[in-house]
Amino acid sequence: MKNLSMEELTSQYSDVLKELGNIGAGNATTALAQMIGCKVDMSVPQVKLLEFNELSNIVGGEDEIMVGIYLQVEGDIEGNMMFILEKASAAHLVNKLMCGMLGVTEEEIVNHEFGEMECSAIKEVGNIITGAYLNALSSLTNMMIYPSTPQMGIDMAAALLSVPAAEFGLHADKILLVQTKFSDDIELDGYFILIPDMDSYQKILTTLGVM
Amino acid sequence: MSEVIKVGMADMAVCNGDDAVTTLGLGSCIGIAIRDAVAGVGGLVHIMLPDSTEIRNNSNRLKFADTGIEELVAAIVKAGGNRSRLVAKIAGGAQMFAFGSNSDIVRIGERNAGASKKKLSEMNIALLAEDTGATYGRTVIFYPKTGDFIIRSVGMPEKVI
Repeated sequence: MKNLSMEELTSQYSDVLKELGNIGAGNATTALAQMIGCKVDMSVPQVKLLEFNELSNIVGGEDEIMVGIYLQVEGDIEGNMMFILEKASAAHLVNKLMCGMLGVTEEEIVNHEFGEMECSAIKEVGNIITGAYLNALSSLTNMMIYPSTPQMGIDMAAALLSVPAAEFGLHADKILLVQTKFSDDIELDGYFILIPDMDSYQKILTTLGVM
Repeated sequence: MSEVIKVGMADMAVCNGDDAVTTLGLGSCIGIAIRDAVAGVGGLVHIMLPDSTEIRNNSNRLKFADTGIEELVAAIVKAGGNRSRLVAKIAGGAQMFAFGSNSDIVRIGERNAGASKKKLSEMNIALLAEDTGATYGRTVIFYPKTGDFIIRSVGMPEKVI
């Protein structure tokens, strides 16, 4: 097996990576729809290889406050995964999930501070969404993938993204982003960043028979 | 008109006069601000990883604490700063996610801060102030003329170090 750089991998296997993103995000969307009990649409994912300094512009601005769910992946492949969504979108989801218990209007929701209960609800959303994504990946590739308990952070986009970026920085000067937009009755902006280590990339592609 | 120059991840900028350099949302990364107060010239580098000698892929020198500081110092000297008068302030190096395990990547912020301080001391650049660690992101603005290093975080009052 050849040793490919991140750049070569992405340019040659962009369609495969896109399809993986598509299937993963599709599964996650279904899980999300079941959980909040309404229709959720998703956009066709985009796979992008970005310079570090372009990364935070893509997700709505560097100092945009976002909710990040970060977890480690172990098993046949190893790596990390981040699901990041705008704070307003997270508040909207929690409000749905808790049947409007936040007691705030859609306008106030943007500035809502999350309490313990709400944080726990967001973590659960993150858990289900990332779990669904990884399940799809696991059954597609027939590999065992075990996610760790997700950790949540609410902070500036760039600060959250610095964690996967540092991880990518170990083997590349660019970061691979699978970007999916969700929407239900309002637009939800969510992004997945899957960061397998380089060996795992090759394992995934080999298992799928494309390499 | 003074200008505020933006610095991205693994990026740097040098300025003088009333201009400032800023970087938004430092997480586990470190913003290292260095200036020559007499010449009124200084700059900011945004590093992501502690050590360029630890990994093979190290062509981007601004990505690492050690080589990033070297690059910034060289750029400040080129812009008219005096190597022996340089002083530094640093911010960032937060632990954004608290995992139970103490893996290297989780502790990356702490390691970045340690490596930055080590490099500065090796190069005999005095560290005047720092705001590192904790669990929140920081936006920083550095004014080389006054040496003010302004730090903003979500839900906290602005700090000047």
